[in-house]
Amino acid sequence: MGQAEVQPKDLYEVFQERAYAMVDGEKIRQCLQCGTCSASCPFGEGMDYNTRKMIAAMRGGDFDEILSGHGIWLCTSCYTCTVRCPAKIPLTDIMIPVLRETAMLYEKGVPSELQKALENVARYGNPFGESPRKRINWVKETGVPVKILQKDKKPVNVLLIPECFCAYHQRAKNIIISLAKILHKLNVDFGIIGPDEKCIGDSKRLAGEFGLFEMLIEHNAKQLKKYNFDIIVTPDPHAYNALINEYPKFGYRYKVLHHTQYLSQRLADLEALFQNEFPYKVTYHDPCYLGRRNKVFDAPREILKSINGLKLIEMPRTKEDALCCGGGGGGVWLDSFSKEYIKERPAEKRVKEAVATGAEVLAVACPIDITMFEDAVKVLNLEGKIRVMDISEILLEAIGG
Amino acid sequence: MKIFVFPEVYQGEVKEISFEILGLAQEIKEKTGGDLHVLLAGKGVKEFVPQFGLADKVLLLDNEKLEGVSPFIYQNILFQVLKDRAPELILFGHTSIGMDLAGFVALKLNFPMVAFCKNVKAENGHLMATSLICGGKILADVKIKDNKGVCLVLPGSYPAEKGKVEGTKEVEELSLSEIEEKIKFERFIIPEVEDIDITKENILVGVGRGIQNQENLEVAEELAQVLGGALAASRPVVDQGWLPLTRVVGRSGKSVKPKLYLSLGISGAPEHVEGMKDAGLIIAINTDPNAPIFQTAHYGVVGDIFDIVPALVEEIKARK
Amino acid sequence: MKIIVPIKMVPDLVEELEIDESGKRLDTSFLRFTINEADDHAIEEAVILKEKYGGEVTVIAPDIGEVDDVLYAAAAKGVDRLIKIMGDFEELDSHLYASILTEMIKDMQYDLILTGCEAITDLDGQTGIFLATNLSLPYIGLVSKYKKEDGSLCVNKEFPGGVYGEYKVELPAVLGVMAAEKPPRYVPVAKIRAAMKSAQIEEIDAPEIKVETGIEIEKMYVPEVGKGAEMIEGEPEEVAKKIAEALQNKGLL
Repeated sequence: MGQAEVQPKDLYEVFQERAYAMVDGEKIRQCLQCGTCSASCPFGEGMDYNTRKMIAAMRGGDFDEILSGHGIWLCTSCYTCTVRCPAKIPLTDIMIPVLRETAMLYEKGVPSELQKALENVARYGNPFGESPRKRINWVKETGVPVKILQKDKKPVNVLLIPECFCAYHQRAKNIIISLAKILHKLNVDFGIIGPDEKCIGDSKRLAGEFGLFEMLIEHNAKQLKKYNFDIIVTPDPHAYNALINEYPKFGYRYKVLHHTQYLSQRLADLEALFQNEFPYKVTYHDPCYLGRRNKVFDAPREILKSINGLKLIEMPRTKEDALCCGGGGGGVWLDSFSKEYIKERPAEKRVKEAVATGAEVLAVACPIDITMFEDAVKVLNLEGKIRVMDISEILLEAIGG
Repeated sequence: MKIFVFPEVYQGEVKEISFEILGLAQEIKEKTGGDLHVLLAGKGVKEFVPQFGLADKVLLLDNEKLEGVSPFIYQNILFQVLKDRAPELILFGHTSIGMDLAGFVALKLNFPMVAFCKNVKAENGHLMATSLICGGKILADVKIKDNKGVCLVLPGSYPAEKGKVEGTKEVEELSLSEIEEKIKFERFIIPEVEDIDITKENILVGVGRGIQNQENLEVAEELAQVLGGALAASRPVVDQGWLPLTRVVGRSGKSVKPKLYLSLGISGAPEHVEGMKDAGLIIAINTDPNAPIFQTAHYGVVGDIFDIVPALVEEIKARK
Repeated sequence: MKIIVPIKMVPDLVEELEIDESGKRLDTSFLRFTINEADDHAIEEAVILKEKYGGEVTVIAPDIGEVDDVLYAAAAKGVDRLIKIMGDFEELDSHLYASILTEMIKDMQYDLILTGCEAITDLDGQTGIFLATNLSLPYIGLVSKYKKEDGSLCVNKEFPGGVYGEYKVELPAVLGVMAAEKPPRYVPVAKIRAAMKSAQIEEIDAPEIKVETGIEIEKMYVPEVGKGAEMIEGEPEEVAKKIAEALQNKGLL
């Protein structure tokens, strides 16, 4: 049968063996079928099998049906189910990814856009299929010196990891450009690795591509070992999450701060640089992997509150209850796929929620949030009514530059 | 130069590419002297003989068995015809049909071969070709040694009008010898036309891989609507199933000549360009500054279609 | 069905192509090679046919670029035999490649040879048809639908305008693949890595052959960027205005 493995008949067995071998994986067996997870799920209404039903189906002997369905591909790994599950089942980190992995290994079908993104990461180190050499193209747009360590190996204080979206995406790159300008104004000694940096991989792990994730860890850890730095700072909550929670499982530990954490630590110095007011009502959206997953709620708010003229308003679903933008966990590549199954995207719901607070600016701290929400603003015809801005962009306006 | 042209004749007509390569052959002949022969082989093709006024001789092979242009039969015919006639330059269209025949002929006659030709000419006593390779990103000027060669010419490289000369000089009728039917033509399958005919539209908005997913078609659809036009596509979009086959422009699809062709996220590989290069006004938007489409377009924008198209829709609405 | 799939490695167009100092060939410093897209479809179709009708699939590739990755991915899909042709392939034109393949394949057992109908580097012609001619096998290209029928294969060949021609091809034969009947499947990295451990790549030295293409590249160059197109610049709103103006001026609105 070729050089590939012989296909076993019982995919449920395959799934169990794999999931239960992971830490806390066996908790899946403790499911009470209470339905808290599926009721909390932003995509639950659109799934053929939602999380509760997936476990019921497994127990009922319908495992293969789950794999051929679309429910497993609608999850955007927002973590709400995991945080709320009374049985503490690792739904987001284990159950869904292993279901996806099983589907991929046994050719039950992967949505084609996600397939392309995964193939691109494996080959080019980014999901866009752009040349690795273009990973540093954003640097010349900053107008400030940015050290590229693989070209000039010198020790730095801060290693900046832009991650793929900030490096390549037309809109998101403004986040890293703003951040670089701010760091320059603060006289921070910082640098980036350069084109050798590849996707940190968190969303690939969540998409079920553990093999790809491991390959990326091996590569990035090797890169990081080459250079001398004190801390890693990243504007990408998924990169942040992988570096503090996943890479250590493989023995790689780093001191990592999300850019809002770093900047809130430098608030005194930043305040000295403020030149402009930011006289707008601002509401802040907690990114799933900064807020709910890693409990970083205050740092971004401290920054916003320090800016003159800025009025901070909270949305009803705030902090741990924030509504996912729909882009994480591979979701940004499944956007058109999911449109077939749900009436209104979570991003559109969230933008409406923001507008309802009276806010003029929706502040975010994640490059995927910015792309998903700006898209939603266009779809809802709310351009001119509400701006979507990363905290670094708001800060830069306050600083002037 | 003894030039030999292979026109494509099937489904009841002589295809445009035939006239393009005829015109090209004539231009070479005018420079080098010599003669121009044409092999007209197919079912019911006798009536087309007068369309080949430029040919010094038409070799006619009209036979029922030739309806479907079976490569196996045609390879044989070509070899039988050419092996004793000492041709020097043999021209085919770089098409689905040409690609089934030219390589065989080249090897059997031990002739050099050049594919992807944008141009073939005689220069300073040498036979030269210019080819567009690597998806349209690279041009190569090639010298054909010993001035004997087989060339596959890309559709759209030469004006078909120059090849359309009525008349008949000499006709030699050939007969079909017994050939095994190793490749047997069964039938043509014509797509069900429950869709519009893009060749009849005045305004087309072409979408390529840059549209990224089916849902984004909405963006292009809105533009088409506000312009009063229709959507067309490059091959990859149709392969994904986002638009039907009837919308493909290019080698596997249709040749269109709308007044306006707005291309969104299409790279412009030869297989697509051959189908739309004659549009009245071509405007291309692509994020890649080196996209080959900018060679063919009248106006080009290096940018994101998702930023530009919505803005364009607004501008157009405002002006209507 | 015993199927052989010869594939080509071609420059990856994701990287910008540059011409080297000689002005006659591509600069290889930043060049990466990837499997020719149509050949990727050929591998997929071969595996699909094997899954439907049983048999064995062999992939043959030249030692160029990241060819090992390509071969292991093929093994992960279900390809049985992986052959890598060893040699110094600075320039591997279709004539030479076809002749090397002919030498290797002529003594092999097979019912069908599937290969991409065309590659972006086919300046001197297409490998598939050369191979078929050398082996005296029937050849038909731009095929995208396939069905086995005792000793022959019923295929659909693409013509312009979305038209297909249906043909019955007697085996053994060479088919020039345009597309597989389904888009190439996804192969998880873990499967490829498993294949790297279990699969064997047979390394066979290229036979000593010299083949003349009969053509000589005098100059290779990148078409002038924007030559032909007047480039419009600016922010999306500005660009939109300029385009709308152009359309209005031409009476298209």
